[in-house]
Amino acid sequence: MSLLSHYSYGAMVFLLMAGLYIVIGRGNLVKKLVGLGILQTSVYLLYLAPGKIVGGTAPIVSEDFSLYSNPLPHVLILTAIVVGVATLALGLALVVRIREAYGTIEEDDILGCDRQSEAEEPSP
Amino acid sequence: MRGDMVLRVIVKLLIPFILLFALYVQFHGDFGPGGGFQAGTIFAAALALYTMIFGLENMRRIVPDRLVEAMIAAGVLLFLGVGIAGLLLGGNFLDYFVLDRDPVAGQHRGIFWVELGVAITVFGVMLKLFCLFAARNLGQE
Amino acid sequence: MNAAEHLPALQVVLPLAAAPLAVLIRHRLTAFLLVLAAIWSAFAISVLLWLQVGDSGPISYAIGNWPPPWGIEYRVDALTALVLMLVSGVAAVVLPYSRASIEHEIASDLHYLFYAMFALCVAGLLGIAITGDAFNLFVFLEISSLSSYVLIALGRDRRALVASYQYLLMGTIGASFIVIGVGLLYLETGTLNMMGMAIRLQGLTGDRAVLAALAFLTVGISLKLALFPLHQWLPNAYAYAPSAVSAFLAATATKVSVYALLRFYFSIFGETAIFQRLPMADFMLLLALAGMFLASTVAIFQQDLKRLFAYSSVAQIGYIVLGISFDSVTGVTATLVHMVNHAVTKGAIFLLLGGVMLSLGGITLTRVQGMGRSMPLTSFGIVLCGLSLIGVPGTAGFVSKWYLILAALEHGQYWLVGAILSSSLLAVVYVWRFVEVAYFRAPLPGDEVRREAPLSMLIPAGLLVVATIWFGFDTSLTVGIASDAAQELVRSGR
Repeated sequence: MSLLSHYSYGAMVFLLMAGLYIVIGRGNLVKKLVGLGILQTSVYLLYLAPGKIVGGTAPIVSEDFSLYSNPLPHVLILTAIVVGVATLALGLALVVRIREAYGTIEEDDILGCDRQSEAEEPSP
Repeated sequence: MRGDMVLRVIVKLLIPFILLFALYVQFHGDFGPGGGFQAGTIFAAALALYTMIFGLENMRRIVPDRLVEAMIAAGVLLFLGVGIAGLLLGGNFLDYFVLDRDPVAGQHRGIFWVELGVAITVFGVMLKLFCLFAARNLGQE
Repeated sequence: MNAAEHLPALQVVLPLAAAPLAVLIRHRLTAFLLVLAAIWSAFAISVLLWLQVGDSGPISYAIGNWPPPWGIEYRVDALTALVLMLVSGVAAVVLPYSRASIEHEIASDLHYLFYAMFALCVAGLLGIAITGDAFNLFVFLEISSLSSYVLIALGRDRRALVASYQYLLMGTIGASFIVIGVGLLYLETGTLNMMGMAIRLQGLTGDRAVLAALAFLTVGISLKLALFPLHQWLPNAYAYAPSAVSAFLAATATKVSVYALLRFYFSIFGETAIFQRLPMADFMLLLALAGMFLASTVAIFQQDLKRLFAYSSVAQIGYIVLGISFDSVTGVTATLVHMVNHAVTKGAIFLLLGGVMLSLGGITLTRVQGMGRSMPLTSFGIVLCGLSLIGVPGTAGFVSKWYLILAALEHGQYWLVGAILSSSLLAVVYVWRFVEVAYFRAPLPGDEVRREAPLSMLIPAGLLVVATIWFGFDTSLTVGIASDAAQELVRSGR
């Protein structure tokens, strides 16, 4: 139970925090999505690492092997990857539309645009 | 790109092998790593490669937009259809055991159709994503 | 095949199948009718399931005939039945409304995609409520979230795109946290089945991985729930989405997250683990109070009516969470009753605002002045629902606040009664702002003529307004199911 034997959790936490930091700290909408992708990768790692069993083979039943890796995490994470792909595609599609509507993908500029157009709205 | 002979020839050589590999991944999914999701992605990758060299117009001639959209829906419906077939044959939803007299053969049959549905949908979605992003702004800039 | 046995699967499969069929058909009217048929049958199924649960207790359904813990289990108990009826009922009312409403808000060649997305969103929300598998819950959560991001982005204003993008970021972070929590629980217990988890977690209270899982799940669900201070995505998302989408999401999306929170807290972790060994009750009480007061205060200063009522939603979520923090049958009953009542009330308000948007072309307070004369029915409906938000006797809001106060008294926290009453006063202020503008100011030039929204929009909205009043007088349905569900939940942890 040494710290070293848990290095995959360390990597997972690092990816999680790095992703979260990019999402919060960057103003560029595409960079935020990159951060989101990294954050989701940490989830994949959390599930996949414990599924590996030392000396285990791919879980296809055969008489030559008795030790198999746990296939369930892989199935779950395949689903999570699909969800991640869908999220990323939708996010990028939104960024494309935002770029067409605002002419920029910097968060501050977009907020500025909104404030400007709100100020220009006729106020009776 | 159009004039680049080397790329065009190499891509034409590569694409059949990519498609074949996709089919292998699809049909060997029962016995080894692979399955509909991976196969659909590889299939879409072949067409993406084709599009990059030969242009969106040519790709649309091979796979019209309508067809891609229909495939997205049809794959999901095939999946649900297998589930409902299980219901109609007296089992639970997505019950593969009842699809054949021999439960193991039933599992094989169920997974085969489900994976086919997944492959069709994933192929459609991946290609649609690629096309939509590629076609965006073509007219404007 | 015996259809009654397979209702749990059909509950989700029908709307889920309607979505690709609508895409395949591509025809506006046919797609609408198809999705309508699927959603109305889903509502009928949810009522049948509720009756079945009442007769014979919780139903378990093994997908693919793989018994739990190997396969995914669908599990229907009183709480699930309540949420299923709420979601499918609101969807059944909003969908007919959306037909006239999106005519003016969404390009007509996209209508079939709107219906497909709506069906997917309903399927996802129903799936969250019905599944007994923790990972499956995440998958359905993402199905409903992704489709709701699309639905929000369909709004006419370009700010809808940014609102949807922000919701996508926050929602995905929330969902990732939920799946990390589920992953830690899976590593601890070796199962994803909720019932199995609950059994194996009993001996593990205080374990550090379980605590981490609890923390991730709490933050993740709170993000989806828009619990103060994680609510920033909500006001813009509701304000700029198409009217029908605002109404549907306001009524259901956050409520299903309340369900997820209750399910994880009471059914999986067990209340002793959460409320007796950890200071979760105080923590939730604090956030609930902060939400009730601060969000209501912010609502008072809004110029846009949709934003005003969106902030009011954040405040109402405070009341909902307040009920959970009491950790008693009465408290959870109050939570569930308020969940239903607020869903009905807010759904009605957003449907009516959609009508205003259509007739007057805007919903800022300056635009709607004198609305009481040009749109008397709509204004009256909004005022009635406003009274319910305040909690005036005779409306649904009163019933839920009454149960909250009962729970506070039962718990011996007399000062909370004062807090609930004084935060209701804030609701009086923001509802009064609408009343003042709508009834005591002269209409803008050109607004003097009477012009209500079309009947196809007024009738669904009217149905929900009537329900708001109905649940204020006849509480046997809402309180009856809610207290059954609350007893089941609070007992299951003991």
